Amino acid sequence: MQQIFNFVIRNKTFLLFLLLFSIALALTIQSHSYHRSKFINSANFLTGGVYGTMNSVDQYFDLKTKNDILAEENQRLREQLLNTNTSVDSTFIDSSTYATEKYRVTVADVYKNSYSSTNNYLTLNKGANDSIKRDFGVITSNGIIGIIDNTSKNYSRALSILNVKSKINAKIKSTNHIGSLTWNGKSPVYVQLEDVSQFAPVKVGDTIQTGGESSIFPKGIGIGTITSFESDISGDTYTIQVQLFNDMTNIGTVYILENVDRTEINLLEKSNNE
Amino acid sequence: MNSVVGLNIVRFILLLLVQVLICNQIDFLGYINPYIYIIFIFLFPIREERLALLLISFVLGMLVDLFSDSGGVHAAAAVSLAYIRPILLKSSFGMLYEHQSIKFSTTDIGSLITYISLGTLIHHSILFSLEIFNISSILLVLEKTLFSSIFTIILSVLIIILFSRNRK
Repeated sequence: MQQIFNFVIRNKTFLLFLLLFSIALALTIQSHSYHRSKFINSANFLTGGVYGTMNSVDQYFDLKTKNDILAEENQRLREQLLNTNTSVDSTFIDSSTYATEKYRVTVADVYKNSYSSTNNYLTLNKGANDSIKRDFGVITSNGIIGIIDNTSKNYSRALSILNVKSKINAKIKSTNHIGSLTWNGKSPVYVQLEDVSQFAPVKVGDTIQTGGESSIFPKGIGIGTITSFESDISGDTYTIQVQLFNDMTNIGTVYILENVDRTEINLLEKSNNE
Repeated sequence: MNSVVGLNIVRFILLLLVQVLICNQIDFLGYINPYIYIIFIFLFPIREERLALLLISFVLGMLVDLFSDSGGVHAAAAVSLAYIRPILLKSSFGMLYEHQSIKFSTTDIGSLITYISLGTLIHHSILFSLEIFNISSILLVLEKTLFSSIFTIILSVLIIILFSRNRK
């Protein structure tokens, strides 16, 4: 017994180092597995508060660009509105057309955005109090940004598409061939669309959209354009380089999408799997 | 004694804030960031207990992790740096360390640069290998380590020189 105590006291520095290092290593490993990075994330009171103070100062610097983006989006929406064929008859109210609200949209400010690491996250200023939950989609007017993976009371954290853990269902707009969108950790301008069938007629310049197979994003949200593509080693599938519509290095305001039918869809899929 | 503790608390908070609010947002050439919070570990009083340094480094790394959503990579790297600091001190300052009489504000600049460069390289290589966590992208690890280290070393040396009084 005495000897054990002596050993501990003699090597106390090394033992403490070993303990702290293994705690850090354990946290690192569990942060590398999707959906389990619970303890250490920036969606909390402390970091949210600090980033919020910072944001309230530096949001003034790019008000002009934000205005331009908003005006552009307004123009696009107005065009869409004026060019829809179905004229809305204000006297006729059909309850079935109003009951089909599928997505609820919440607007949020980005408090923190990173793109230099291989696992990037965004911190947003809306949380559980604004009924934001895990697996809600995050988009801007240009295209998709990521998926909410952690929430606290007033803040939430989104897994950016610039994260090697991110995997999103996407398709080529013109041909409807699907693939999964991943990131190789290199450039914040390009993401990769993998597992696209060799039979798909891939053309440089085509648009990539969300596929609508998952219940997170609605169908047809823009992602980017094809800049190049190559066959896989096996020769069965293409890997396509996609240039993003969004400038991931400069994001101010985002929209969080909630699929109202999501729980129902998930329940159905679960019951099918059993 | 109290002024030393106060100085270190102020340094801790300032370096943490500068790190997460300014340095983490630089993204020079897309991915190069300096990690200057390790200056705290470099300049921690030498005569203090090593256990205290280990614990404080862990907390500092953890806080940086918290702000940058990186799991525990900064904590691991900071703790390792704190653990091997005596070896670094011995190899860069030699006899001065043996006599426990290093004053960072009066040592000659050559040893200081050696000390900081060695420490930064070790810290960054642990940091990036844990962050990327993939043997097959070892080139990316080395690339990030090299470029970020250069950035960190230059900034750290400049900051230490700027903020140390009585330099000849």
